[in-house]
Amino acid sequence: MDLVIARPEGLYCPPGDFYIDPWRPVDRAVITHAHGDHARWGMKHYLAAAPGEGILRSRIGADMPLQTLPYGERIVHHGVTLSFHPAGHVLGSAQVRLEYEGEVWVASGDYKVEPDGTCAPFEPVRCHTFITESTFGLPIYTWQPQAEIFAGINEWWRANQAQGRASVLFSYAFGKAQRILHGIDDGIGPILVHGAVEPLNRVYREAGIRIPETHYAGDFKKNDPMLREALIVAPPSAGGSTWMRRFGDYSDAFASGWMMLRGTRRRRGVDRGFVLSDHADWPGLLWAIEQTGAERVMVTHGSVAILVRYLREQGLDAQGFTTEYGDEEEADLVKEGASV
Amino acid sequence: MKAFAELYARLDATTSSNAKLAALVDYFSAAEPADAAWAVYFLSGGRPRQLVPTRLMRELAMDAANLPEWLFEESYQAVGDLAETVSLLVPTAEHSSNDGLAQWMEEKLLPLRGEPPEVLADRLPPLWRQLDRQSLMVCLKLITGAFRVGVSKLLVTRALATMTGLDAKRIAQRLVGYTDLSNRPDASAYERLVAQESADEHAQRGGQPYPFFLAHPLQLPVEQFEQTLGPPSAWQVEWKWDGIRAQLVKRDGRLWVWSRGEELISERFPELDELAPRLLDGTVIDGELVVWKHAPDATASQADLMQDAAELDSQTLNEQVEGELERFGIQPFALLQQRIGRKTLSKKILQDVPVAVLGYDLLEWEGRDWRSHPQHERRAQLEAVITACASPRLMPSPKLTANTWAELAEQREASRSLGVEGMMLKARDALYGVGRTKDMGVWWKWKIDPFSVDAVLIYAQRGHGRRASLYSDYTFAVWDGPPGAKERTLVPFAKAYSGLTDEEMRKVDAIVRKTTVEKFGPVRSVTPTLVFELGFEGIALSKRHKSGIAVRFPRMLRWRQDKPVEEADTLANLQDLLQ
Repeated sequence: MDLVIARPEGLYCPPGDFYIDPWRPVDRAVITHAHGDHARWGMKHYLAAAPGEGILRSRIGADMPLQTLPYGERIVHHGVTLSFHPAGHVLGSAQVRLEYEGEVWVASGDYKVEPDGTCAPFEPVRCHTFITESTFGLPIYTWQPQAEIFAGINEWWRANQAQGRASVLFSYAFGKAQRILHGIDDGIGPILVHGAVEPLNRVYREAGIRIPETHYAGDFKKNDPMLREALIVAPPSAGGSTWMRRFGDYSDAFASGWMMLRGTRRRRGVDRGFVLSDHADWPGLLWAIEQTGAERVMVTHGSVAILVRYLREQGLDAQGFTTEYGDEEEADLVKEGASV
Repeated sequence: MKAFAELYARLDATTSSNAKLAALVDYFSAAEPADAAWAVYFLSGGRPRQLVPTRLMRELAMDAANLPEWLFEESYQAVGDLAETVSLLVPTAEHSSNDGLAQWMEEKLLPLRGEPPEVLADRLPPLWRQLDRQSLMVCLKLITGAFRVGVSKLLVTRALATMTGLDAKRIAQRLVGYTDLSNRPDASAYERLVAQESADEHAQRGGQPYPFFLAHPLQLPVEQFEQTLGPPSAWQVEWKWDGIRAQLVKRDGRLWVWSRGEELISERFPELDELAPRLLDGTVIDGELVVWKHAPDATASQADLMQDAAELDSQTLNEQVEGELERFGIQPFALLQQRIGRKTLSKKILQDVPVAVLGYDLLEWEGRDWRSHPQHERRAQLEAVITACASPRLMPSPKLTANTWAELAEQREASRSLGVEGMMLKARDALYGVGRTKDMGVWWKWKIDPFSVDAVLIYAQRGHGRRASLYSDYTFAVWDGPPGAKERTLVPFAKAYSGLTDEEMRKVDAIVRKTTVEKFGPVRSVTPTLVFELGFEGIALSKRHKSGIAVRFPRMLRWRQDKPVEEADTLANLQDLLQ
């Protein structure tokens, strides 16, 4: 029996009568993580992993009907045993393990296999059927270790500082921004953030994640000498806006897995592209799939057709699931749509 | 190789000319002359012929990456650049080679050319393993002949001038012909580029041409010409010919013909050799190589032609101009294309597609550099030289005159039927500058508006480079019947990929993905929903195209979001443009 099927409202578990990350309002929603394309407003009841509570409430509503469950703890609903396991994507992100009549399915949501210190690291869960994302499902995507990427960001920041220029680093406000703040060498200079980033920093700090001291960039006047030494972390939407004017002469960079390709980097029109992603790269996807021991793999959002074909050639029973998940982080960057 | 790859990365990372200049100066200041020699070669547009067949390189890369062909292909489609794809797919290595660019080129890469596949299969992958990812990508671009980075020759010239303290024009002069295929850059060639000036520099020149002076596009309503440019009398006005810009260099009893790309093309136009004995040594003429309608012996005498040219000065009515130009007999560019790129020239081709040169400037006379004489003096002397040459292979490009800009605008209306691209305006007192500069006087190109039709997007393909992974290359069609006709279909007639803003391209990309009907490899057919105004420079009958029509330099002028697909233009509209 299929424990998860695709329905117009979202991925649905028939025996448990609930949805996983539904994109239309339903009665019972199990949420893998708080990015906007997975956690939407309007469900009558939410169930999520406990470490994600702060973020979910700050994004959907303090009084949302949310029930939480620590990682690894099981509950049974209509005979389906459900538990959450770390996905290593952002704070509170979880894979959902479902067990019913001896059959085990795991829905990964979004995941990353390299631990980053801002959330519980990805934990492979044995299952019969694994539902995987495929955002970076092409072999051209292989990440360098993040230590090398952070060394590159530190070096860029120092070089700008030496030239008296502000360093503006664009990154998605939830997850990526905190990962950068956590990994950066905060001894180099002051760190400023955009108004979209600071509330999430607060939630991370409350969860005990080390985020260095940050200042609200809006508090600084144009030509404040401090700006010329500072790293400014801002969402991509701030690029090209009047908000940027206060920084005068600055160098800009973008942190994203899509920066792997020269074309995307150039199209983005920033001085530097840092290849830093919250998703698994190609080897990471294959490793995660193998670790689950699953014989059946359902592929969602990203390079669905490609990953399905590759897995089939490796002898797995793979098929695509049509979903409406995107990649909120780089929604304005061009990529293969979820329909492929 | 690593230093050159780092230079590439710095150049690639910025759009600021100053930052690029700084990167170039840093590189040249530190580089060995032999490496710098090759760097100048590649950065100013030098392309050695492909060293390894692309097909083979793909296969070796698939082996090294242990990937099936389809997955390699998918990756290539997403990346849009073969060298980059391979560099991303083969296993990464620690950088272990300390050899410079020159050693890589001369000892490792150039010897690969012409080797059989099994030798290449032995030699290439071990070379790859010596390079980090960045260096590998650059190295592969050198191998495939696809090296390109956003640097102009002018910028290289400026960098070398900054570094050496020499005049940029002197560097430009020495750089001419540097990237010609017959040249092998080496340390001594580079040292000559950056050497301090010597007294006999001029005499050393042999067949060297001068750097071409280039025109700027003029985009103003004609009503504003007077205000911006002054009266027409301050300008020398000519047709903008649709041929090959060329320089004729006559020295030491020989004639060299150079194209604007600074390629030596003498051998491709052997009939111009008959000019050699008719021009004095120390003569350099800038002009346009065009296809002449009649074989020279069938044309009017030189005296007649000169008279024609002189008469044109005083004629203002379109019909008369047209009549005279008809006698000039310039053929469309499509014919000239038949001669470009041909290795062997048959007698038939020489007879059917004869060329002549329309001279418009004199750069050297009696062995002296004439570029600092004003335009009108150069022109007067040029006419004297051409008269003395007395060959129908060399004619002056006629001057056009009028009392007002409006009159010239009226004459310009005839451009299309004359097969010219519009007019050239050259300041009468302009010196002959270097490249696209304005400090010594200016040349404007006043081009006619392109042809345009409203066409429907029916296929889309992902682009390359900056457009990689975006559906940015489109095939356009027109209807084969009038609106309302039963069973009319869309007939493809042109491909275009330029003219949209990034923002528009992203929107079109999204629509392409949503409206895809079928995928054929990298190409998608779509449900026709998008109409674009397509511009192009020329139109001709073609047996090779399904529509029976070929257009030149098609590009998108405008996205017609206001226009339904049914109202797009028809094949009949296109045929009307053929005249």
